[in-house]
Amino acid sequence: MSEQNTVGAISQAIETARDAALQAIKSVSDLDALRALGVELNKKESLLNSFKSDMGKLSLVEDKRTIGQLLNAAATLISAAIETRTTEFTELEISNRIARESLDLTELLTQRRRGHSHIVTQATQRLEDVFVGLGFQIAEGPEVETDFNNFEALNMPKSHPARSEFDTMFLEYGEPGSVLLRTHTSPVQIRVMKSWKPPIYAIMPGRVFRRDTPDATHMPVFHQIEGLVIDRGITFAHLAGTIEAFTKAFFGEDFSSRLRPSFFPFTEPSAEFDIRRADGEWIELGGCGMVHPNVLLSGGIDPEEFTGFAFGFGIDRMAKERHKVGDIREMYTNDLRFLRQF
Amino acid sequence: MKILNSWLNDFGAFGTNVEKLSTAMTSLGLAVDSLTQVDTPIKGVVVAKVLRTERHPDAAKVHRVYVDAGDGQELHVWCGAFNMKSGDLIPLATLGTTMPDGRLITPRGILGIESHGMLCSGTELGLTTDADGILILPKDLKLGKDVFSALEIKSDCVFDLDVTRNRPDCNGYLGVARDLGAHLRVKIAAPIGDKVKKGATRSIKVMIADKKCCARYNMTVMSGVVVGESPNWIARRLTNCGMRPINNVVDASNMVMLELNQPTHAFDAEKVNNGFKIRCARSGETLVTLDGQTRALETTDLLICDGKDNPIGLAGVMGGAATEISGQTQTVALETAWFEGSGIARTATRLGLRSEASMRFERGVDPHGIDHAVSRFAFLLRESCPNLVVHSGASDVKEKTLPAKQRVVALRLAQVNRVLGTKLTTKAISVILARIGFATKSVSGAKIPSLKIAVPSWRPDCESEIDLVEEVARHYGYDQLGKVVPQSTMHGRLSPLQQRRRDLRDVVLSMGLSEAMPNPFLAPGDLTKAGLTEDNAIRLANPLVFEESILRTSLRPGLLKAIGYNISHRTSDILLFELGHVYPSGKADSVDGLPDEYESVCLVAVGETSALALDWWSQLSSVMSFGAQLDQSSVEPGFHPKRSATLRRGKQILGCVGEIDPRVLAKNQINATVACLELNLSVLLSETPRVANAKPVSRFPRSDFDLAFAVPNSQTAGAVIKALRQAGGVELVDLELFDVYRGAGLADDSRSLTFRLCLQASDRTLTDAEVTTIRQRCLDAAAKLGARLRD
Repeated sequence: MSEQNTVGAISQAIETARDAALQAIKSVSDLDALRALGVELNKKESLLNSFKSDMGKLSLVEDKRTIGQLLNAAATLISAAIETRTTEFTELEISNRIARESLDLTELLTQRRRGHSHIVTQATQRLEDVFVGLGFQIAEGPEVETDFNNFEALNMPKSHPARSEFDTMFLEYGEPGSVLLRTHTSPVQIRVMKSWKPPIYAIMPGRVFRRDTPDATHMPVFHQIEGLVIDRGITFAHLAGTIEAFTKAFFGEDFSSRLRPSFFPFTEPSAEFDIRRADGEWIELGGCGMVHPNVLLSGGIDPEEFTGFAFGFGIDRMAKERHKVGDIREMYTNDLRFLRQF
Repeated sequence: MKILNSWLNDFGAFGTNVEKLSTAMTSLGLAVDSLTQVDTPIKGVVVAKVLRTERHPDAAKVHRVYVDAGDGQELHVWCGAFNMKSGDLIPLATLGTTMPDGRLITPRGILGIESHGMLCSGTELGLTTDADGILILPKDLKLGKDVFSALEIKSDCVFDLDVTRNRPDCNGYLGVARDLGAHLRVKIAAPIGDKVKKGATRSIKVMIADKKCCARYNMTVMSGVVVGESPNWIARRLTNCGMRPINNVVDASNMVMLELNQPTHAFDAEKVNNGFKIRCARSGETLVTLDGQTRALETTDLLICDGKDNPIGLAGVMGGAATEISGQTQTVALETAWFEGSGIARTATRLGLRSEASMRFERGVDPHGIDHAVSRFAFLLRESCPNLVVHSGASDVKEKTLPAKQRVVALRLAQVNRVLGTKLTTKAISVILARIGFATKSVSGAKIPSLKIAVPSWRPDCESEIDLVEEVARHYGYDQLGKVVPQSTMHGRLSPLQQRRRDLRDVVLSMGLSEAMPNPFLAPGDLTKAGLTEDNAIRLANPLVFEESILRTSLRPGLLKAIGYNISHRTSDILLFELGHVYPSGKADSVDGLPDEYESVCLVAVGETSALALDWWSQLSSVMSFGAQLDQSSVEPGFHPKRSATLRRGKQILGCVGEIDPRVLAKNQINATVACLELNLSVLLSETPRVANAKPVSRFPRSDFDLAFAVPNSQTAGAVIKALRQAGGVELVDLELFDVYRGAGLADDSRSLTFRLCLQASDRTLTDAEVTTIRQRCLDAAAKLGARLRD
């Protein structure tokens, strides 16, 4: 056999072996078989590798190069084919696993989750946040109060006829008639005036008590929020401005407010404040006024140096109207079916 | 106070634009509670005369009435009322009339006999409150004429005003008209008084014994009285203002009260015994009042007595039967007085006898309006008694205690502008106040101007400078004072405590509990049912109901009730909490003499055990940095004695965690375990959590190993943990009890506790020898507690 023929024959054989290897790679059925095949093809004794020893028999450098190149090309092709096949198998396995792991998430959706804050608490916090934004701090006081803080200091001495309007609940504690459940949050005003020094920009939310038989709109135990501002140069216009700013911040920009004259023993001039809904209807909201000089004096503040205003309204009603609760008593049944709605 | 628009127009030309008037009233502080259309004429109701009546044998409840509606024709009407007789004039709703309730009058009758219309009651026409019989009309009306025009009734409007306590003058038309007149610049005139020359002198002696309670008493005698019905226009006005017409004398008195805010009382002069004495009751004295009741009197009750000192009435509250006017009364002795308000209020409230009159004395009447009231009474009574004689020589006792005709109050210009934020001048203020009858006596001080204002006697509420500032504001207009948002010089924020309270709520909510707000008032027995003592609990002196007469000393009784309620409604997953004030019993007073009161939070879950309660505690203590030791040696009453622990910090008890005592559950009919965590927040929320300083994280490997011990039940896991920690030293960086096992392989009185320990040094890799040493130290420490290492 001429050398020329030998080169041709080897080349032929390499190509055949290469094709056979590629075919084998193509037809393996799983990753393990592919790995085994790869090992097999890489062995020294493998068919393709056996041609490497044949190369030694060739004398011409040129021929050696030809065969060498051919072998390299075949090896590259084969290893690429193995890699492709490996990727195919890996991807297939992952997609099979994904299919196997299929999950119906709606089975896992449970009813129980975070608890529900009482709507009065929610309303209180919303109100607090609005006033904090207007530069107010929050003051608190006890629910059991002295007659002095609840009435006398608020310009309602013992004989004051307005006292009868408060339906006070008194306690069997100390002197008869001296200790009571606060009928409004106003005694906190006195506490604030005595313990803070002006300037005072404070709101006072809290629980209050009146001897009222419960009905759809009244509870003997309910909640109020009260505001108190005392500073130099505070005027009635500041009161109206604060009410307006609060109205817009809490209810929305399309709401407005008005003050109309009224009477409270602890403020003068006194006013009721109404808010006007976007549809034009006026809703009565609460009472307010300039702090009465006698009240400032009770709080140890000189009315000739400082002026101030106060305002207050019910929180329960806010919550009731926001959530369209028909009967205020529903808010206090502690029925979880009610509480979980909000 | 009900204000009838047509009547108001007698005081000034206010017109009939009720919307405008209503707005004006509101802006003056006279809140209009309601606006009611009254006396709206019904077309088709005519004056008819009863010709005869006839019964029908088959109709028991109705009879046949034959009437003449002016055309001489006899009309037949079925009627269910029997109060008319032949010759009476009655209102007939003719066929085709639509009644205010929408009924159309048709000829439909009964027993096949048609009805030619319907006879009307006062209520059906909206004219009286009497629904029982047919309205009998005055004799002089013309037959066939429209009833409303025959009675001169025109459509009208009633403003129901909510008069505030500081405006006694507005309990009368005159006061409302004054305010409204000033606001709308309408000139007003007081109602006219009696102009007829006074008759012969007739005096009744009056003596005021208690001058503080009664400062003026006028007793005027009027003869020629014929007691009977009031003229129609008076009856209409009273009816529309919510008062029932009685007779011409009482009606005239009520008219004066409504117009001038001055109650009067008419005695039968013939029955008065030897004059009047006004004095306070003596202790032990009693009085039979007009309603037949015997009233026990107190020394603060003011009495009207006869000249022989016998009580005949309660001043300003109720008259006596003996001197009451009757149908035969011909001479009236009219009392018009000024009584001190708070005394009248006390008496009326105590006896449950508050009336229109007592309310007016209470709030304040004009002590100098009495002469006008007497004269106006005579004018009104003369309408029905043309021969009325007002005798001269009336007694009119005025004491020094009588408020002056004018009270002078100083008003500094600067004060007005300082409070209202205005730039008003003294002149402007004078003008505003003059409109409501407040005269400026003088203006002084060029640099610091001050006005001396004469406040009229009908405004007893205006006593001090700030009262005048309010009057200026009202009549300047609240809406003219502007709206300016003050620039708070403070930093708006929640206090650290308030922020922590919100954080706490947030953790509790995140654990799935919903917020309850049970009644803070308990029924007697509620505390005992919760395992708590009721001994020193604070009681309400005047509870609304007996079941709500005790202040809670713990949040648990309320939550137990809430649990019961939810169980009875078959609600599942009952997880509730409350955050609120409690008033613990038997604790010392706080500084200002008030009982102790603090904030508490309580969490409960039905069907759950201490494990959940402890989990709550762990989460709260980790988020809120609450620190306390579990102490099972004693638990709070009401908690399960063997499945709960006190949360203790030294001697201080911060709360309790565990389960509710089964005895408490049984008493509350709760058929499941209840996990419970109760915390006293007075300490926990006011703490400031320490700010943690960063420590470098160890870069060296850690060694983990498990230790399983058999531990006798008498030894707590807590004690073992404490011993292991001590033994482990600084290298023991983590310790977890991850398995508790009871059963096979263990003695009855012990259980297996398995711990995972993690050792790590911050500066080196621990050697095997070091790990072994530490492990041995842990074993030795555990062994001291009787914990034996399991194989």
